[in-house]
Amino acid sequence: MALARKRSTEPPIQVPDKISVSLTVNGVERQLNVAPWTTLLDALRDHLDLTGTKKGCDHGQCGACTVLVDGRRINSCLTLAVMKDGAKITTIEGLATDGVLHPLQQAFIDHDAFQCGYCTPGQICSALGLIAEGKAKTADEIRELMSGNICRCGAYPNIVAAIQQAMGQS
Amino acid sequence: MINFQYARANDVADAVRMMAADPAAKFIAGGTNLIDLMKEDVERPSRLIDISRLPLKSVEETADGGLRIGALVPNSDLAYHPLVAQRYPLLGSAILAGASQQLRNMASTGGNLLQRTRCAYFYDTATPCNKREPGSGCSARNGLNRMHAILGFSESCIATHPSDMCVALAALDAKVHVAGPSGEREIAFADFHRLPRTTPQRDTNLHPDEIVTAAELPAQSFAKNYTYLKIRDRLSYAFALVSVAAALELDGDTIKEARLALGGVAHKPWRDTSAEAALRGKAATPATFTHAAELVLRDAKGFAHNAFKIDLARRVIVRALTQAAQGTPQSQSNKKIR
Repeated sequence: MALARKRSTEPPIQVPDKISVSLTVNGVERQLNVAPWTTLLDALRDHLDLTGTKKGCDHGQCGACTVLVDGRRINSCLTLAVMKDGAKITTIEGLATDGVLHPLQQAFIDHDAFQCGYCTPGQICSALGLIAEGKAKTADEIRELMSGNICRCGAYPNIVAAIQQAMGQS
Repeated sequence: MINFQYARANDVADAVRMMAADPAAKFIAGGTNLIDLMKEDVERPSRLIDISRLPLKSVEETADGGLRIGALVPNSDLAYHPLVAQRYPLLGSAILAGASQQLRNMASTGGNLLQRTRCAYFYDTATPCNKREPGSGCSARNGLNRMHAILGFSESCIATHPSDMCVALAALDAKVHVAGPSGEREIAFADFHRLPRTTPQRDTNLHPDEIVTAAELPAQSFAKNYTYLKIRDRLSYAFALVSVAAALELDGDTIKEARLALGGVAHKPWRDTSAEAALRGKAATPATFTHAAELVLRDAKGFAHNAFKIDLARRVIVRALTQAAQGTPQSQSNKKIR
């Protein structure tokens, strides 16, 4: 109660104008106007209609929102879109080329590396980042460096196997 | 999350000026902790000052053989930087023990220092918390306090500092460079974070109008005999129940120099120089290590759910010093503890 009273006396903050942001998403330059508090995740899903990237916890704990920004995997739920003006974004929608699945996507199918599929776009984008980093060689290292991606269905052994297959191909 | 204004700083002076003009603003770099706290309504800045494009992203050797780490160097880049991997592996190991690779890719060096506690009551605006709302009380003392402090706590707050990186920086005797309206200054790492006492709302001795510009490591790097041993409720991507950064310089079996700092046990990275002094000049034996552990924990006190951490910390200190002495640092991917 005390907290609510105190907050109601705070002066309202003027709603700022929307800010123009330019993002190159999956190779296509996109202009959008967003409020300062719009996360990259919400910008992708709600402004650009790219709903492959999932909102799980919205607190950086589950990894479902993982995308690549300038080639590095990050949690898009904890990223403000305005701060990434000019950046190159890769989402799950950008992986397949000319109707052919990316080797990681194919490997996830080959190894049955998902059940419900909700974490899968984040898992695959995270794995793409992991392979680019080149730090994981063993299964232990893959598990450790994929620990930011939670799979509620528990498909972890198959996810590791799928990543190992894709690493062999790349 | 409340509405806020957004502005981008072009250089450090610009950032400092913008903060002086709006004291209710906050700096944002990686945003991994701040955005989360804003979503929970714990942080309510009027304005975010985006410092992520400031030129503070280099890792450079200093004239006296140390290393100067720009405040905006991402945690992952720092952990894998060749100079860190070769000369300060304790720091790299501690960084890789924390968070996830996505978060390490985002989180900055300065932001890691300034992250807030993960005490669940601090995050829950429906409960009293002296750190969030001074004078409202501490819900953790008689609440769920498994993750809470056993050293250095006060009547007002038993929260812990969540960083792994900072435990290594404490052990390595780092310095923090900051800039503010009245110029630049250096803060010894031991003086950077505060104990809660009666002002738990203040985590650090950084002034509200100051900005962290760099962390600096001295030349002594303990590249041979070190370990970062972190014990947690799951094998990865969890905050420490107890973690220990141990670093030794040995002459045969004799300890010439020792560093010992703990994470997960106090409101700040807990370096104990009396335990380090007790190790110096002694043989690297289990008895020596046990004595050091007893010194670190001489004033430790537990609460309903975390008293186990006192004995756990004793064992982790002894094991960490053993790993350091043997030159077999804890792997951060194969979690078997040897």
